[in-house]
Amino acid sequence: MHELSIAMGIVEAATDEARSRGVQVKAVHLRLGALSGVMKDALLFCYEVACQDTPLAGSQLIVEDVPVTIFCPQCKEVRVLASVQSFTCPECGAPTMDIRQGKELEVFALEVEE
Amino acid sequence: MSEPRLVEVRRNVLKQNDIIARALREQFRAAGVFVVSLVSSPGSGKTTFLEKTLTQLQPRYRVAALVGDLATENDAVRLARSKAPVKQITTGTLCHLEAAMVQGAIQEWKLQDLDFLFIENVGNLVCPSSYDLGENLRLVLMSVTEGEDKPLKYPTIFNSADVAVISKNELAAAVEFDWQAARQNIQSVRPGMRIFRLSAKTGEGMQEYLDFLAQQLTENRAVAQT
Repeated sequence: MHELSIAMGIVEAATDEARSRGVQVKAVHLRLGALSGVMKDALLFCYEVACQDTPLAGSQLIVEDVPVTIFCPQCKEVRVLASVQSFTCPECGAPTMDIRQGKELEVFALEVEE
Repeated sequence: MSEPRLVEVRRNVLKQNDIIARALREQFRAAGVFVVSLVSSPGSGKTTFLEKTLTQLQPRYRVAALVGDLATENDAVRLARSKAPVKQITTGTLCHLEAAMVQGAIQEWKLQDLDFLFIENVGNLVCPSSYDLGENLRLVLMSVTEGEDKPLKYPTIFNSADVAVISKNELAAAVEFDWQAARQNIQSVRPGMRIFRLSAKTGEGMQEYLDFLAQQLTENRAVAQT
């Protein structure tokens, strides 16, 4: 399980941003891709632990799940993958590895108070 | 006290790892070394496979290996039998290798004296998928004893790999391994992936895989020079 080190990375990034802006963090918004290799539940659990004794203690982690999108070479369209077990176009079934989205592991925004 | 407000920051959590991985990739390119990372579950035969790979490449190529392991140095001891330079990265409780560990481990090595560098990740099909190590090729290894549905259970790591090796082929009949199903499952999570079926123990299928590596090295150097 590597979610604890990921959670610590999130806390570090958020602390850093908050310090440079001189603000208090109430919540961290995270974009989490379905191909990021990170488990949401484990991450939420670890986040609390990672926040302890930091300026982010008591803050909330809000996770936005980012689905995998692919570019279908047949339809010439970006489509949302139906399942990460099948890298095929949900419309026409063409296989593709042209991944456009879904690997995100990004602190997207902070909910802050002055 | 004022109302909370939302500020956009957009920070990649693994940025630090990605920066180091990029630097490593550039370092590898400049040195002309082809870097292969190996991922698999524990017990899939990664170390035997790597030992055979090192031994069989050695007459023609200069090879070295880094091995990640949680606590022991057993793997490094086994790999040292190949006479190739081997370095152990003991990760402690960490379930995967990170780019900074690779960077630290290769510091004393002259990369330009190498043709191939192999990085054996910790046996784990989950965590290593998130971390770029600067490798040229990520190889996912599964053995026939693990079952055909491994790729469907761990789609993220299979999807992130460039090539798959199905090993312990000498046991395939005994475990009634369904080769067609395995191939289908791999192609489903990672369309177009090259698959090698081999036995590190008997040597069956090894040559095709070693030829593939040699070809990758040649192509990579041709690209690096342009």
